[in-house]
Amino acid sequence: MSDIIVDVAVIGAGPAGIAAGVGAKEAGAEKVAIFERDWDLGGILQQCIHPGFGLHAFGEELTGPEYVHRWISKAREAGVEFWTNSMVFHMEDDGSFWIMNPSLGIKRVVSKSLVLAMGCRERPLGALGIPGTRPAGIYTAGTAQRLVNMEGYMPGNRVVILGSGDVGLIMARRMIWEGAEVLGVYEIMPWPGGLRRNIAQCLDDYGIPFYLEETVIEVHGKDRLEGVTVAKVDKNRNPIVGTEKFLGCDTLLLAVGLIPENELSRMANVEINPVTQGPIVNEFLQTTKPNIFAAGNVVIVYDLVDWVSMEGERAGRNAALFAAGKFKPGEKKIKVSGGDNVRLYSPQWLSGQSDATIYMRVTQPIEKSCKVVVEPGLYEKRLRYARPGEMNEAHVKLQDLQALGDVDEIVVDIKEV
Amino acid sequence: MSEERRIICTACPVGCFMIAKEENGHVVSISGNSCPRGEEYAKIEMTDPRRVFASTVRVEGGALLVCPVRSKEPVPKDKIFEITKAVAHVTVKAPLEIGQVIIKNVCDTGVDIVASRSLPTKQSVELVSQGG
Repeated sequence: MSDIIVDVAVIGAGPAGIAAGVGAKEAGAEKVAIFERDWDLGGILQQCIHPGFGLHAFGEELTGPEYVHRWISKAREAGVEFWTNSMVFHMEDDGSFWIMNPSLGIKRVVSKSLVLAMGCRERPLGALGIPGTRPAGIYTAGTAQRLVNMEGYMPGNRVVILGSGDVGLIMARRMIWEGAEVLGVYEIMPWPGGLRRNIAQCLDDYGIPFYLEETVIEVHGKDRLEGVTVAKVDKNRNPIVGTEKFLGCDTLLLAVGLIPENELSRMANVEINPVTQGPIVNEFLQTTKPNIFAAGNVVIVYDLVDWVSMEGERAGRNAALFAAGKFKPGEKKIKVSGGDNVRLYSPQWLSGQSDATIYMRVTQPIEKSCKVVVEPGLYEKRLRYARPGEMNEAHVKLQDLQALGDVDEIVVDIKEV
Repeated sequence: MSEERRIICTACPVGCFMIAKEENGHVVSISGNSCPRGEEYAKIEMTDPRRVFASTVRVEGGALLVCPVRSKEPVPKDKIFEITKAVAHVTVKAPLEIGQVIIKNVCDTGVDIVASRSLPTKQSVELVSQGG
């Protein structure tokens, strides 16, 4: 049984992985292969059939399948190999991994470098601990999206949505268009989880009520969901007695967060950041294992696929340089820390060899003039507002970093002016 | 007669809060936008609001039971529910090519409904289980 030997291997043929393949070929890697467990390419974008993708990458608004179609064409033209129906089920400490494929059986893949692009998964019902029964009719918003848009099934007719992540907002409109009734979107936090334009075009357009600081406190029904109890919450997110309300419904959709999927990364002993739940990377998207790079939602959950593609391409280019022995980030490590209002950010360290983009989210929203800063004095940009649902970025110039001399920590923050 | 409307721009992910003022059926001022696209969006939103419609149609013999479709251009907002019904009754045969017209001039809007992905036949996918 011979191994599959490639220069750059990519795990996952979603937007990050496909772009990584393109990037690796652009940077001169000869044999670049993407391994995908599905029969099809494109990942979750194939079920995101609404428009809103590609404004930055292509200058127009495409649907998910259209956006990914362009990238697949690019990758095919560049000569990227696609291995579909190939599930990666085990990874070794050195980054070699094992696939399962219906016609080849089990095979080992050995590469000079690789890019992790497994994306993220939805936070499920079990993670919420809502009291009550466990009847049929409770889905994550993404599962419902797959059922409606790819499998041709309607999950139900009277829908309550818990959480206001973008997929939940998009599904509210989708269910209305398919003839269902959407009773409301309930968000436990005092601010929305998704983009404001999705609240406008998915909820406001159809008069769907949106409740902040309210949540589902009980699930009812034996075989099929019969209803949920919702209640207002206090500052500590505890339900307020006397505000309970019963809503009769047959479907509950959960849009309560996305978590980077790093089961394989952990097998390879790639160090994971406990806050982002993604691999710790430097400005080259290199993990704590020098031959392993990572990009997209597997690192930190982005708002826009355009950024995921851009980061994927970058990771692919760097992985190709590593495979060719041309990549030397050096020994220096500058720690990136978050300030008072920034917990989620990436990369977590810089090698001080290149310009760097740092992506971040605020913990508390600021609804007035504020600024993104990288201290000491590396970057400052004014913002009109900052919200947890909308990612921000900072750019650090190499020359500014070098001018600081022997600095071993920099701090990113977003604060009031 | 004058009217003031708050509009959230959906032209890009920034989602600017805009205020559009109308007098005697004419848009006289737009504020709050941070780019020219916002102004254009607000003008259209005040006079002829439109949305891109996206859904699926049933497929016979396809690798999937349904294929995603979209309106090639934005359609009048008040025609959306009429269009959902027109699209719901369509069944097409695989294979499908991205951009292929599924319904011409849907509900007399002058806009076509097109396939938004290519969909191979079920058979062709079963035959290929390995890339390369």
